[in-house]
Amino acid sequence: MFLLIILHLFYGVSYSSIKRGVKILSANIVEIRGLSFSRGSKVIFDNASLDIPRGKVTAIMGPSGCGKTTLLRLIGAQISPDTGSISVQGKDITKLSNKELFRMRRDMGMLFQSGALFTDLSVYENVAFPLREHTDLPESMIRDLVLMKLQAVGLRGAHTLMPSQLSGGMSRRVALARAIALDPAFIMYDEPFTGQDPISMGVIVQLVRLLNDALKISSILVSHDIHETISIADNVFLIANGKVVGAGSPEELMDSADPWVRQFMQGLPDGPVPFHYPSQSYSDDLWGNVEC
Amino acid sequence: MLIASLQNIGGGTLSSLASIGRASLVLFRAIFARPDIISGFRRLVAQIYSVGVLSIVIIAISGFFIGMVLGLQGYTILSRFGADQALGQLIALSMVRELGPVVGALLFAGRAGSALTAEIGLMKTTEQLSSMEMMGVDPVHRVIAPRFWAGQISLPLLTLIFNAVAIVGGYLVGVDWLGVDSGAFWSNMQSAVNFKEDILNGVIKSVVFGTVVTWIAVYQGLNSVPTSEGIGRATTKTVVYSSLCVLGLDFFLTAVMFREL
Repeated sequence: MFLLIILHLFYGVSYSSIKRGVKILSANIVEIRGLSFSRGSKVIFDNASLDIPRGKVTAIMGPSGCGKTTLLRLIGAQISPDTGSISVQGKDITKLSNKELFRMRRDMGMLFQSGALFTDLSVYENVAFPLREHTDLPESMIRDLVLMKLQAVGLRGAHTLMPSQLSGGMSRRVALARAIALDPAFIMYDEPFTGQDPISMGVIVQLVRLLNDALKISSILVSHDIHETISIADNVFLIANGKVVGAGSPEELMDSADPWVRQFMQGLPDGPVPFHYPSQSYSDDLWGNVEC
Repeated sequence: MLIASLQNIGGGTLSSLASIGRASLVLFRAIFARPDIISGFRRLVAQIYSVGVLSIVIIAISGFFIGMVLGLQGYTILSRFGADQALGQLIALSMVRELGPVVGALLFAGRAGSALTAEIGLMKTTEQLSSMEMMGVDPVHRVIAPRFWAGQISLPLLTLIFNAVAIVGGYLVGVDWLGVDSGAFWSNMQSAVNFKEDILNGVIKSVVFGTVVTWIAVYQGLNSVPTSEGIGRATTKTVVYSSLCVLGLDFFLTAVMFREL
């Protein structure tokens, strides 16, 4: 408050600008309130709220199909919620115009599950793509930046290769270099560990943590690989049935007494989430009383 | 039962209207996308190569055979009435007014339209379009607009090539093989074909067909279900819808352009 008064009195900064600045630099990089989202009759989120803290690695975990990737798409405003607000860096992205949204996305990085590299461009051109699109930097500077980003993910030597010549792990590392090309405020990772061999997985696990700390950014990590995720996450949100069913540090969730949280974190085959998909009685099915 | 049928009809109508609305938005945004002079021109040239130049072979070969068939059939009928000298006129008018724009557009839909849909559909399936969006780059501006304009520019040029090659094919059959007088072939053609009424109208037709075919192709790609089956369906839809639209629009345009002639 004292700082605000000084800024206002001595530097003539208006209260609204100060409030906006404070909002942008608030402790949370993403704030979600009362989020509801449905696909047809299927409810994905039902009045869910959560805060993603700034400067931390936050993991969003939950069973397959619970809406983890949908949550990332909602934060990136690729889809719109039915109700509720999603505030990114202090701005409600559901109320932004198309132009403002595209500008805001330059501050977000996203690593897609498949890497989503442009197949007609080389590794170098893929990483240079956002720089060419959004800056007027000279070619020599673009070259230096691209090589620095590739060096950060250990693939400087692969800059001449085409995406078809890369392994799955290498593709994701190139996509990660591309995601950090514009030095975003936060990066969203969509299932970065899925389908990786142990070495590639170890490299990506290490990179997520290293980049978060070295670049002073925030990371939102969607995954259901428990061990890899909790080894690098500062906070974990567990999502199920459209709600946040557990939140806290990895240690708190591992020690949770909640049966659902325990089943998920320990990978138990039966519990609150039943082994069997809901169905008619077994005997009715076998006797042919139920139409297949 | 009745209510269920009404619901189905209502649902289908709403979904069709929504689809037309989305397609119109894509068209509007592609047409009015802010042009990026240097890189936009480079992308446009690359797409004209992919959509237009790579279609020249199929267009030229098809045009050649259609011209030869037209020469053969035309000669057979015209010679019965002693009017085989009018073969050049018959081939030129048929090609320039109708067959050129229509068959050219159908071939273009099969070759370039399906390729555009498959390419954009695959970009959607592999999340390339989503990643572009997340980098703050509008895919309609970056991917759709250059392809749309490339189709627009390419089809009229391909149609002119198609017509020219077909006339050469007809000449070879009519003059070199069946013995029609070469001078009569060309002079009848020159006197019968009017630049404004025939050639220009044919070009206008091909511009309209180019718009429709490319619009359908890019929209089907964008709207495809991101699976291999979804891309297959979208590609089929592109060819079917484009062909039907071209044939339907051809009747309408012919009625407007050539009714007075």
